[in-house]
Amino acid sequence: MVDASVVGLTDEPFEMVLERGKIREFARATMSSHPAYLSDPAPVVPPTFLTTTSFWMPPGQSVFAKIRLDLRRVLHGGQEYVFHGPPPRAGTVLRVQTRVADVFQKEGRRGGTMTFVVTVTEFRDPHGRLVAEARSTVIETGRPPDAAPGAPTGEEG
Amino acid sequence: MGAPAFEELAVGAELDPQEYGPLTRTDFVRYQGASGDFNPIHHDEEFARAAGFPSVFSVGMLQAGILATYATDRFGPEHVRAFGVRFREQVWPGDRLVCSGRVAGLDDAARTVELELEARRVGGGVAVTATATFVVP
Repeated sequence: MVDASVVGLTDEPFEMVLERGKIREFARATMSSHPAYLSDPAPVVPPTFLTTTSFWMPPGQSVFAKIRLDLRRVLHGGQEYVFHGPPPRAGTVLRVQTRVADVFQKEGRRGGTMTFVVTVTEFRDPHGRLVAEARSTVIETGRPPDAAPGAPTGEEG
Repeated sequence: MGAPAFEELAVGAELDPQEYGPLTRTDFVRYQGASGDFNPIHHDEEFARAAGFPSVFSVGMLQAGILATYATDRFGPEHVRAFGVRFREQVWPGDRLVCSGRVAGLDDAARTVELELEARRVGGGVAVTATATFVVP
């Protein structure tokens, strides 16, 4: 069981390089053919592209390695990206750091007590300027999620 | 794909819906490769069945990304300032998704538009909802 004592935990910051080919691959995988992604020599990243931090994170460095979640009962409840200006472009080197921002419990309609863990990841350019933030909510349900087709994956009480 | 002018936007206005799919296992795998999320439950049929699911199912962030594409294709990739999603229903192989949206707010001073967006499974429920902010220069 995760409790509020993990709020404030951070991972070690790491470097992420935004690359044109990976942006193109991601745009195509998310069914975009917009020329701003496919033709611009220095395209901006798609709105959800910063989910690809996993390619750059050193193994075992995730804050989730430091908190005990039962992965059989974990759902991705929500994900939000904020850009402080245009999204960063290919060629940009970002410094990435994640912290546990909040932990709270709710009674679910069907899954028992649900524990919500909110993490915030900051993306800074080489000048230290905050260019983007990602806010992620994961939910540890009271019992494994329903397996029925169409069952909610992110019920939030 | 010309973005609308700020003066043409009105709160409550609906965006033209667009259908994507049917989504295939190949689409799931392509997204997993692009994103680096290799959870086998989205591509390994035996693993998904052993976990109690009838088949593999899509990555939540894939339908989130498709909904983001729906928005950026209309308002421009450089103009997005916020995009947030909530996951509702799982998406299964063969599902078609209809993306739609409406103008939920306008900020005259900042020249930004707030959008409420959703991706609905044809014959099913809402898979993902989103809110987005774009500048409209």
